[in-house]
Amino acid sequence: MSEVTKLIHKYLRHQKKFPHVWCPGCGIGIMLGALIRAIDRIGYEKDEIVLVSGIGCSGRLPVYVDFNTLHTTHGRALTFATGVKLAKPSLKVIVVMGDGDAVAIGGNHFIHAARRNIDVTAIIVNNSIYGMTGGQYSPTTPYGMRSATTVYSNIEQSFKISELAVTAGAVFVGRGTVYHAKLLDSLMEKAFLKPGFSVVEVIAHCHTQYGRVNRLGSAVDMMEWQRDHAVTVEKAATMTPEDLQNKILIGVLVDKELPVYQDEYERIRERAKGVAVR
Amino acid sequence: MKKPSRRERKTEVLLQGNEAVVEGALRAGCRFFAGYPITPATEISEVLSVKLPQVDGTFIQMEDEIASLGAVIGASLAGVKSMTATSGPGFSLMQENLGFAIIAEVPCVIVNVMRGGPSTGLPTSPSQSDVMQARWGTHGDHPIIALSASTVRECYDMTIQAFNFSEKFRNPVIVLIDEVVAHMREKMVLSDQEEIEIFDRVKPMVPPEWYIPYEDTPRGVPAMANFGEGYRYHVTGLTHDIRGFPTSRPDEIGPFIARLHRKISQHFAEIQMAEYFQTDDAEITIIAYGSVARSAKRAVLEAREKGIKAGLLKLITIWPFMRPAVEKVLQTSKVLIVPEMNMGQISREVKRVSRGMAKVFTLNKVDGTIITPPEILNRIVEVS
Repeated sequence: MSEVTKLIHKYLRHQKKFPHVWCPGCGIGIMLGALIRAIDRIGYEKDEIVLVSGIGCSGRLPVYVDFNTLHTTHGRALTFATGVKLAKPSLKVIVVMGDGDAVAIGGNHFIHAARRNIDVTAIIVNNSIYGMTGGQYSPTTPYGMRSATTVYSNIEQSFKISELAVTAGAVFVGRGTVYHAKLLDSLMEKAFLKPGFSVVEVIAHCHTQYGRVNRLGSAVDMMEWQRDHAVTVEKAATMTPEDLQNKILIGVLVDKELPVYQDEYERIRERAKGVAVR
Repeated sequence: MKKPSRRERKTEVLLQGNEAVVEGALRAGCRFFAGYPITPATEISEVLSVKLPQVDGTFIQMEDEIASLGAVIGASLAGVKSMTATSGPGFSLMQENLGFAIIAEVPCVIVNVMRGGPSTGLPTSPSQSDVMQARWGTHGDHPIIALSASTVRECYDMTIQAFNFSEKFRNPVIVLIDEVVAHMREKMVLSDQEEIEIFDRVKPMVPPEWYIPYEDTPRGVPAMANFGEGYRYHVTGLTHDIRGFPTSRPDEIGPFIARLHRKISQHFAEIQMAEYFQTDDAEITIIAYGSVARSAKRAVLEAREKGIKAGLLKLITIWPFMRPAVEKVLQTSKVLIVPEMNMGQISREVKRVSRGMAKVFTLNKVDGTIITPPEILNRIVEVS
């Protein structure tokens, strides 16, 4: 049996009727592949993984995989994940969100989970659009682009998700694209192994909605765009700011140490027990 | 566990309603609280932030009430009894995840210390205006259990009961108390831990490969596996089949929604609690709940002194609405008075249930002050 087939049999739910909900050519499958390969390489037991998602195309991801899976309300995935992790710290909690999920409706939860340094990994599939609802503009739709609700032009500035995560205090932030699948594998592995709040931003394409209204071509065309516009952190260090205009920085953006919430709280418990009850 | 000494077991304490909620929650086994500061419920957060870490529990202050209930649901799925506490504005924000807890059948307790609304309203004044929000605040057809308290002791008992019901029926349970009861101090005796009946969720008895997470059972409540215990299943806010996977098949959707309701409706007798005071021969019955029931009791006594046969039906279970209790008082009473600190929320239920068999009078107060015994007495005299 090939390696891929083994992984499919081990991690995909056999009771769940395929095909999946994603469009042919969607990047979410590549991201899911990277996620599963990273989990397999690290050797987590399936029972110890809790995979949490919000709403949207990425929200449908947990249903296909054989972990403890939790498909929550729109934007709230990190709040549920916070509860799961603090109630049972032995569980490895991974959250998958879209751009609308993570930084529009869930923006507040995102920055606060990062600030608290809750020990979960947040994977954000950033395709610059609300895909499932029919291609409305999201907080990461670039200025000047079109969508179902910006048919004239998008006049809003867009969020840079990874930079937002860095500012909010995430201890690990990595960005990749679905074109750079190997890099995604390693970013996810690093993120999973990092104690504290880790973020992997996955730049993806939505050729069905965003690509169509902006005439960006097929899924392949859009992935080639990712290839041509991504610059690794290492290479960027040698480039001028002018050369870096309109480029996407990929690789590890931040990897630092801060006290993890659950460890700090354990110390609070010790202190509290020293205080007389009542 | 160390056996408590006699002194520890029978502890006489002076508590406010909010503190009694905390004592009840801890004795019920609550070990996770997530909340957001809001008047007049903050004492619950403050005391739990001290006490939960002492018993290896977890307290966290979230960024808002949406996040608070999200964290509570997550913790409950991981197997820890969990709660939050809030007031009207926060309760509004919780409606989204309340619906999630209902459809995914996640046990949890929400305490709503009611203050005047709408919107920011009257943060420090009592009210009972969230009764209908508790029933219908979240979208979609759904069952709900809501309990009320009119004494500090009941704050304690009903919080324990709320946890028991939530675990037993896998449904969120709302404890509705008003600002008067929440901040009033009364003496009460904390019961022995052994005296309290504690119900924990039923876990699956079958091996993981046989486990059907949303299977119908005679009780209507499926066994619940906690995350990380070997039963890997899918939890979703989408309408799902018995395996937990999203479905759009009418033959699966209908029975699922029906079961959600049936698991509560077939246990009405167990869930519905009320107290009857001098109702055996009452020609006029006051139907009240929360702090208003205290004023009503006094008014009944004074009416009796005047020779008016008055009685009090005190509702403890607010939702599901207790039709049998109203029907019982209808046997003697042809006049019902429903005093409420709102524009008339439970009175509509009373009218619906009494179906014209009695005259239903309201007494509504929404000015941020309590309904006093003389006000109720005046109403009794007026209509008698």
